[in-house]
Amino acid sequence: MTGPGYDDTAVGTELPLRQYLLTRRDLVRYAGASGDFNVIHWNERIAKSVGLPDVIAHGMLTMALAGRFLSEWAGDPGAVTSCGVRFSSPVVVPDDDKGALLEISGVVTGKLDGHRVTVDVTARSGEVKVLTRAQAVIRLP
Amino acid sequence: MAINPDYVGRTYEPSEPYEVSRVKIAEFASAIGEPSPLCRDREAAQAAGYPDVIAPPTFAIVISSASGAQITSDPGLGVNYAMIVHGEQSFTHSRPLHAGDVVVAQSTIESIRQVRNLTTLGTVTEIRTVDGEHVCTARSVLVERGA
Repeated sequence: MTGPGYDDTAVGTELPLRQYLLTRRDLVRYAGASGDFNVIHWNERIAKSVGLPDVIAHGMLTMALAGRFLSEWAGDPGAVTSCGVRFSSPVVVPDDDKGALLEISGVVTGKLDGHRVTVDVTARSGEVKVLTRAQAVIRLP
Repeated sequence: MAINPDYVGRTYEPSEPYEVSRVKIAEFASAIGEPSPLCRDREAAQAAGYPDVIAPPTFAIVISSASGAQITSDPGLGVNYAMIVHGEQSFTHSRPLHAGDVVVAQSTIESIRQVRNLTTLGTVTEIRTVDGEHVCTARSVLVERGA
């Protein structure tokens, strides 16, 4: 579970791409855990009535997976001292057995004092970037 | 009704104290598939230098969104919640939230901007322990689509 050391990383160090599948079950489970019961995240009829193609994932669930991606790389969820995103496009989650595929990768963009690095995160669903300006500060051993 | 720009700078009442529990952290970690034992195993968390199991970095939304709801439900501000989407979010932690923390959240409206038929509402929520120790600053931008 130990992540990379500060001295082992440089500007340009890549965080390998990981894939995450999101199903309707994951959305319901996140709704319960987070307390966000907005109907567009579980009711197809209402999602479509407000102009969405289908049920969409909570933006915060997408961001949480980016946080998980970073914490798995660092080996410690507490190492992600700050993170910020812009929700540029929704992750559409169809009612099937496959769900929606989310692909997340990252690159180290800076080295700070206090054994911290800045990371830019890329998150795509299909060809669409679902997060933009996704940046984090990670503290490394 | 449009969002009232006179509300910029308004700070709302602090929330009731929220007690971070091991069970809630484990539930949240499982919901996002976070595999770290530091979110579930107290001994592992203590071996890593934390007082108890720690929350994943976006767990603070559970606390900040409850506080932010005071803003979006303020009738004088005039938010049409059905037309709201989440535009941006950030968290800056002084340290991770951990089980046993008892925290209070307080929200302020930082900005209200009109861009074509969209109105953006920027808020900041400060999460501190009941003893006043800063734990997390959560910033959010909500976007209201015009009718």
